[in-house]
Amino acid sequence: MRLDLSNTPALMLALLPEIVLTGWSLVLLLLVAWRHHSVRDLRLAGIVTLAAFVTTAGAVWWLWWNVTTVSGIPLMIGADDFRFVAGFIILGAAAGTVFFSFDYLEREGMVTPEYYVLLVYAVLGLLLMVAGEDLMVIFLGLELLSVSVYVLAAFNRRSAKSAEAGIKYFLLGAFASAFLVYGIAFIYGATGTTNLKIIGLQVATLGIAGHPLLLVGLGLLLVGFAFKVAAVPFHMWAPDAYDGAPTPVTGFMATAVKAAAVAALFRVLVEAFSAVPEWGTVVAGLAVATMVVGNLVALSQRSVKRMLAYSSVAHAGYLLVAVRTGTAAGGSAALLYLAAYAATTLAGFAILAAKGRHGEHDVLIDDLAGFASERPWLAFAMAVVMLSLLGFPGTAGFIGKWYILVAAVQSGHATLAVILVLTSVVSAGYYLPVIMAMYMRPEPYAGAHAAAGVGRWARTALIVAIAGLLYFGVRPNRLFELTRTSGAAVHPASIGGPGETGAAVSSGN
Amino acid sequence: MYGAWILTALLAWPLVAALVVLLAPEARAKYLALIASLIEFALSVPLWWRFLPDAGMQFVQSLPWIPAWGIRYTVGLDGISLFLVLLTTFLVPLTVLGSYHYITTRERGFYALLLVLTTGMIGVFVALDLFLFYVMWEVMLIPMYFIIGVWGGQRRLYAAIKFFVYTMLGSLLMLVAILGLVFSTAQSSGRLTFDYAQVLASVGVLGTKSWWYFGAFALAFAIKVPIFPFHTWLPDAHVEAPTPGSVLLAAVLLKMGTYGFIRFALPFFPGVALHPTVQAIVVALALIGIIYGGLVAMVQPDFKKLIAYSSVAHLGFVMLGIWALTLQSVQGALLVMINHGLSTGALFFLAGMLYERRHTRLIEAFGGLARVLPMFAAVLTIVSLSSIGLPGTNGFVGEFLVLVGAFQTYPLATLVATTGVIVAAMYLLPALQRVIYNKLDKAENEKLPDLSLRELAVLVPLLVGIFWIGIYPKPILSRMEPAARHFIDTVKR
Repeated sequence: MRLDLSNTPALMLALLPEIVLTGWSLVLLLLVAWRHHSVRDLRLAGIVTLAAFVTTAGAVWWLWWNVTTVSGIPLMIGADDFRFVAGFIILGAAAGTVFFSFDYLEREGMVTPEYYVLLVYAVLGLLLMVAGEDLMVIFLGLELLSVSVYVLAAFNRRSAKSAEAGIKYFLLGAFASAFLVYGIAFIYGATGTTNLKIIGLQVATLGIAGHPLLLVGLGLLLVGFAFKVAAVPFHMWAPDAYDGAPTPVTGFMATAVKAAAVAALFRVLVEAFSAVPEWGTVVAGLAVATMVVGNLVALSQRSVKRMLAYSSVAHAGYLLVAVRTGTAAGGSAALLYLAAYAATTLAGFAILAAKGRHGEHDVLIDDLAGFASERPWLAFAMAVVMLSLLGFPGTAGFIGKWYILVAAVQSGHATLAVILVLTSVVSAGYYLPVIMAMYMRPEPYAGAHAAAGVGRWARTALIVAIAGLLYFGVRPNRLFELTRTSGAAVHPASIGGPGETGAAVSSGN
Repeated sequence: MYGAWILTALLAWPLVAALVVLLAPEARAKYLALIASLIEFALSVPLWWRFLPDAGMQFVQSLPWIPAWGIRYTVGLDGISLFLVLLTTFLVPLTVLGSYHYITTRERGFYALLLVLTTGMIGVFVALDLFLFYVMWEVMLIPMYFIIGVWGGQRRLYAAIKFFVYTMLGSLLMLVAILGLVFSTAQSSGRLTFDYAQVLASVGVLGTKSWWYFGAFALAFAIKVPIFPFHTWLPDAHVEAPTPGSVLLAAVLLKMGTYGFIRFALPFFPGVALHPTVQAIVVALALIGIIYGGLVAMVQPDFKKLIAYSSVAHLGFVMLGIWALTLQSVQGALLVMINHGLSTGALFFLAGMLYERRHTRLIEAFGGLARVLPMFAAVLTIVSLSSIGLPGTNGFVGEFLVLVGAFQTYPLATLVATTGVIVAAMYLLPALQRVIYNKLDKAENEKLPDLSLRELAVLVPLLVGIFWIGIYPKPILSRMEPAARHFIDTVKR
């Protein structure tokens, strides 16, 4: 099937997943309007949300399967492999979040099904972000997402910390949005358009690559995105927001939101600004700062949740290395890394939520002492999560890190690759203590972990996630095939067909 | 059939066995682990006869793994790795047997990890794909990390994380170098592959990049060996690890570093490795290791720490032998690697047996043990003498060959290294004297039981190995010779 994305009916077809999800969101809104009292209503809303994500994923899959060629310059949204794979990652992470939310909401007494409505709108925003071929669409998606997540972060209204997380995220997020929209305005001023591909063409053909207006716009845009991916020095909000938000929301923010922000950033930079080499240096600098600061600060954290928050900052740094390459391999690597990272991080937060049940008290690393002797399976899962975050061979996290290293070395950024591995060594200094506490320290008192446990839904998701991490760690072929073509799908429009994006890894055997 | 599948079987069997051990009742774990490791050894023994010295790489098996990245599962064996694999399969049953009384908690986990470690160790020695090698190199870290961290001594957490971080630092930089190397060769040959032989065939022109790559590989291996300034993890890990952990650390894990130099660092980057400056640095560090390791060992009050530092000295001989690049020196280096496995492994076992009896490792806590523990004293004496290099024991043959061979390349350095043998006598003999001779002046020592049958079963095979290599090393040397010659030719091409 051919799609000409410069005419409206085709555009509507390309918007199918978003339309499906919007339909579901209306159903869900109606549902929670008259059923929002009991735990059963909450569960029903959760199941409807899951159904929404599954059908949306089906729509994405259908598009992917049927759209063979796309012609014309996409006016609003694209229909390429990059969008589809990123969409899968986002929907997967969101579905995981729902699985972990079932128990969590009931346990914490947050019987407010509106939670799921907000989640659905956040996902809708995320999907628009990764699909957007126009700065305005990306911005709209970002705002839809942000507003929903501001509320989600502050969702536990009985917790002061949650309120703090929400307000901090809101204030700094609004700030970032302002930067972004200001940047878009400058770029419009320089090129007369907000469409990514046309910006790319304008910059290349008009020779305005060095124009101050464009550079200022690009700079502001980068600042806005840096806020959203929590890159140092724009990461200040992240630890507090992650720490205070309800744990499933933290997982959602650290995975789905980060995935969309990174994917959108990659698309914007490669499609619109491949003729402006300056961003490379800036992104490289952000990447280095983020890797170094994120990892070093995480070293000194004693609370597991805060440690994971800083570690997610560090992972944003690794992802920025992939973005920096600007090559097809870099784009694919970022997506593969995000897939592995999302499963790992969500599982980590789910286990953390299981340990910290009954009142959201801080779980310190020391509190996990002797966890393995009482909860061997949960401890094993946590150990796999830590090793995957560390990027240890045998886990999917390693495959992701490996791919980023491949992309970096292949495109001649060996220095970034070296900094990435050196900072990864630092990260052993905070991931390993968790394993040590669980396996190598005695329980402080008998039954210290008696309360820890996961519900049926969360357990299912956890088993799937851990099995996936181990399986794809050993046989990553499928995961690789899934993401391989996606990076090459992002390229600037050029007069002579697909532009230079660097060849994907060629087959050896 | 045997030829094609044996290495894969050797890699897979311990994993299967580990699973069985994990699911078995706690009390049966150690027996199952012993049986499993004996089967592993029995599987590996025919390699000795089936091995054809002149056939180069054999028992090769190559299966597609991640085709898109040119990664294959390729394993194979030559005269260099054959003995390291046999040493590993030979030592694992002994360490299992040696752990019976030492490991009393969480036995299932311990023996399962030991078996997983076996896979990792063998994997490093047989991997012929750079990706597979890297994965195995890292994978064996985890079981060792847990063995030290869970069943170790007082400062086990510190020792475990130090061991982990040191190794990881080196290996991750090596990973970047592997990638760089593979992409450089892919550019010249047009084929992206991690296959050892193919990369080796096209490493030709790397230019100045080869310095960086060599540096990364050398750092990873130097930490593992360990070469002098990178050795500080070793005393901590050795001392804190439980006996079986120390034995495998010393006997097998340290050999991975020297093996890496022989298999990868030198053949890939001969231009850098044989550069006069690099030669001077490596030889100097090897000498420092020999002399400094010996001198530090001399002043250790802790018997295990003494043995740990003696490892630094022995591995210095290996490095000297490798870099001298004569047939005798390389064969000597390979032999010292095996000898060190046997002798130091035995020493760690003996130190562990003392610890099980007295719960201290301080040399001064003992004295006159020959009177109460005659068999123990006899074994300790023999093993110590073999570690020093007394003629008739394995230690002599290896170090003699290294010194003879190295003299042709580095006469002055060899002269210095020779004094290392004297230093070895100076740290081991006084320790020996203080432990088993002197007066029996401590009441606690008067009622100690002598070696049990189980302990004899651990030590006798090691003694047989020590004397066999000491008296008739020819079957081993003749199997090594073509591989050693090939190694020298590759590096000097």
